[in-house]
Amino acid sequence: MHRDLRRSTASRLHVRGSAVTPAILALLIIIMVAVTVYVFAANLYPAPPPITAIGQMIDRQYDMTLFVTGLVFILSQLGLAYAIFRFRDRGQKASFTRGNNTLEVLWTSATIILFVGLGLLGRKAWAETRFVPAEPDAIHIELTTNQFAFNFRYAGPDGKFGRIDTAQISASSGNPLGIDSNDPAGKDDIVTPTLTVPVDRQIELVLHSQDVIHNFYVRELRLQQDAVPGLAIPIHFTATKIGQYEIVCTQLCGLGHYHMRSLLNVVSEADYQSFLKASAQ
Amino acid sequence: MSSHAHSAPHAMPAPTGFISKYIFSLDHKVIGIQYFLLALLAVCIGIVLSVLMRFHLVWPGAHLPFISGGIMTPEQYLALVTMHGTIMVFFVLTTAPQSGFGNYFLPIQIGAADMAFPRLNMLSFWTTFLAFVALIAAFFVPGGSPISGWTAYPPLSGLGQVTGPGEGWGQTMWIVSIALFCGASLMGALNFIATIIDLRAPGMTLMRMPLTCWGWFVTAILGLLAFGVLLAAGVLLLLDRSAGTSFFVPASEVVTDTLLNHKGGSPILWQHLFWFFGHPEVYIAILPGMGVASHLLSTFSRKPIYGYRAMAYAICGIGFLGFMVWGHHMFVSGMSPYSGFAFSVLTMAIGVPSAIKTFNWLGTLWNGKIQFKSPMMFALGFVSLFVSGGLSGLFLAQPAVDNRLHATYYVVAHFHLVMGVAAIFGIFGATYFWFPKMFGRMMSEPLGKLHFWITFAGAYCIFMPMHFIGIAGSIRRYADYTGVQYLAQFQPVHKFMTIAAFITAIGQLIFLFNFFWSLKHGEKASDNPWNATTLEWTTATPPPHDNFGGHYPSVYRGPYEFSVPGATEDYIPQHLAPQEVSRSK
Repeated sequence: MHRDLRRSTASRLHVRGSAVTPAILALLIIIMVAVTVYVFAANLYPAPPPITAIGQMIDRQYDMTLFVTGLVFILSQLGLAYAIFRFRDRGQKASFTRGNNTLEVLWTSATIILFVGLGLLGRKAWAETRFVPAEPDAIHIELTTNQFAFNFRYAGPDGKFGRIDTAQISASSGNPLGIDSNDPAGKDDIVTPTLTVPVDRQIELVLHSQDVIHNFYVRELRLQQDAVPGLAIPIHFTATKIGQYEIVCTQLCGLGHYHMRSLLNVVSEADYQSFLKASAQ
Repeated sequence: MSSHAHSAPHAMPAPTGFISKYIFSLDHKVIGIQYFLLALLAVCIGIVLSVLMRFHLVWPGAHLPFISGGIMTPEQYLALVTMHGTIMVFFVLTTAPQSGFGNYFLPIQIGAADMAFPRLNMLSFWTTFLAFVALIAAFFVPGGSPISGWTAYPPLSGLGQVTGPGEGWGQTMWIVSIALFCGASLMGALNFIATIIDLRAPGMTLMRMPLTCWGWFVTAILGLLAFGVLLAAGVLLLLDRSAGTSFFVPASEVVTDTLLNHKGGSPILWQHLFWFFGHPEVYIAILPGMGVASHLLSTFSRKPIYGYRAMAYAICGIGFLGFMVWGHHMFVSGMSPYSGFAFSVLTMAIGVPSAIKTFNWLGTLWNGKIQFKSPMMFALGFVSLFVSGGLSGLFLAQPAVDNRLHATYYVVAHFHLVMGVAAIFGIFGATYFWFPKMFGRMMSEPLGKLHFWITFAGAYCIFMPMHFIGIAGSIRRYADYTGVQYLAQFQPVHKFMTIAAFITAIGQLIFLFNFFWSLKHGEKASDNPWNATTLEWTTATPPPHDNFGGHYPSVYRGPYEFSVPGATEDYIPQHLAPQEVSRSK
């Protein structure tokens, strides 16, 4: 009788022990889901609002993706947590099944429609940033990067960029881009370390790099593009909100990568004109 | 099916000398353990590097006694980034699940005596070892280790010392190491493929292979097609650096006001070649883990895997699509935006076989009888982490959204969860599961659980917050956050992640202790402690030199016959003939 008691205690402990592990695991998963959903729903780490129409489009696509993936995330994690607790070993017999073809076809088609459909929906925002060329009246600005600086070039009053002669590149003598001193078109070119643009005007920015690959990223524009040596890569944007924003490099470019930064000044048309005038002198 | 199985009726004599038995062994089991121990050493170094990185991000001015100069410089931080990534991707995530466990268990699970080419197998391991030595040597060469990341984009990596410290000798050692590793992986891939095609036991049809074998098979095919490309790219990069060629370095290249003499190469060409390898590499890291997770979920739910065929096809589908999506790493690189769109749709499509796997894993658990042993804990963790890490890929796969998220911590969170931590959970699951077969003793169950709790909670605490700050614009690969003003606000989150990383890293000591303590003191294991069905559990523990002691098994059924109605036991091993199965009346 004494032995029976011990055995029954042991078996009770066994049953209780086997419920604790699945309960904790299921709970951990539920907590992880709850915290994640809360941080997203409460927007604890908000990105600054976009300052372009395309930026808003990108955010809508982002939100839609967040909704779809969020739903799949919550359902599958909670499903996992439920299965972990519900189907723990309680001495039952596992059901014998090798699967269900109807279900396989069902969830395969559902995910194809959902995932590929999402990708197709996203094409419009991408097309707007990259397929569609800049408008003819866009303001042309060149960006040239090097370790670890941004230099922006404006064509000046003549509207023409001067030729570049790589042999004349010399940051120390004030010609970091190597504008050919023999080319009259280059005489009035403006070179500044920050980017100043008028509000509500389309800017076409052509990216160059002298040494290694850098990147132009402004999170408020929702736009980033590598600047690649040997290539001239055009991007365009129309900022609709006056303000100052940080430009950062997101492509690992060497030991100074972390402090390679510049500023985007979006100003009124009048302020833009006075900026050009002041810089020309 | 396999003439080999019939032509070797007697046990092969095992080597007797220490060197031929343990050092230059031809036995796939010894080589598997050698690979595993190499990966174990590598992962310890990799974790220490990551903890140092996390520490520096939060306390950049701290005095560190073991660093020359006392305070970590930006180039030292980038060297940590580069070495951590390289060590983890190549010497842990590629080495342990495929070369380690694959080597040990693939031949046994298909009923073979060894790999198809034992000598090539040995050569492959020792070449990998040499590659590892070359990489570690990069720490000690003049200029220190490279700073261009594990992706080593030229021109940064193609010009030598002029682009930064570590870009001289350090970068050269990196390329040599990777080239050696590629060679070793090609040998390994060839061996795996030949073994699976030619050495399966009678009755072991492809559709009766355990899903682990499917994972290793498709991974080997990916390796065969991908590593050759990286090897070629590495050689070209080496030539650009040392022989004055211009494959990846364009003309008119000016570094710190000095014009270099290069002629019209393309930096983007490197990215194409690198990611043509690099994306399949992600699946090389995770497919064996998927195989292991499927295997464990079925075994410990005491249920057949749900949708075996769908699972096998999904592995093949992921492998196939895996070669068509490399461009999604290059949306903002200057590649044609039209290609970007094509790559985007294909990448969204690769979510489909991944989802099939997830649904089938849940289907396997459903109405099961789940036993929460350490291997199963990690398999369940794998599913959760794979879902979390996989879904964020649907954002990054869309070029428009990538405009916003590219190169932020969101990307770091995504790939760490899905190819890092999930793959590591596959490795842990495999270790707890197969340790008794490999070493004849069980690992401690309470320590295994403790290790799981810390690692599972820790992984989420480290990597989930990275999504949040990534969405808000926090950039990766920054040595500190003083340069860009808006980054300062994320510092409390970084502190939280660093503390979590520290605790999780300490938690891994429990695993190390459990592993080495159990080798000597673990409870003695029976031949089939988990009541599992596949062939490795039918042989002695640990298996003899020729795996099955002179007789070769025949296979009569699929790999996951659990809880079959009418059978006395809740599992029917693959090698039991129908008349041998005991039936309840």
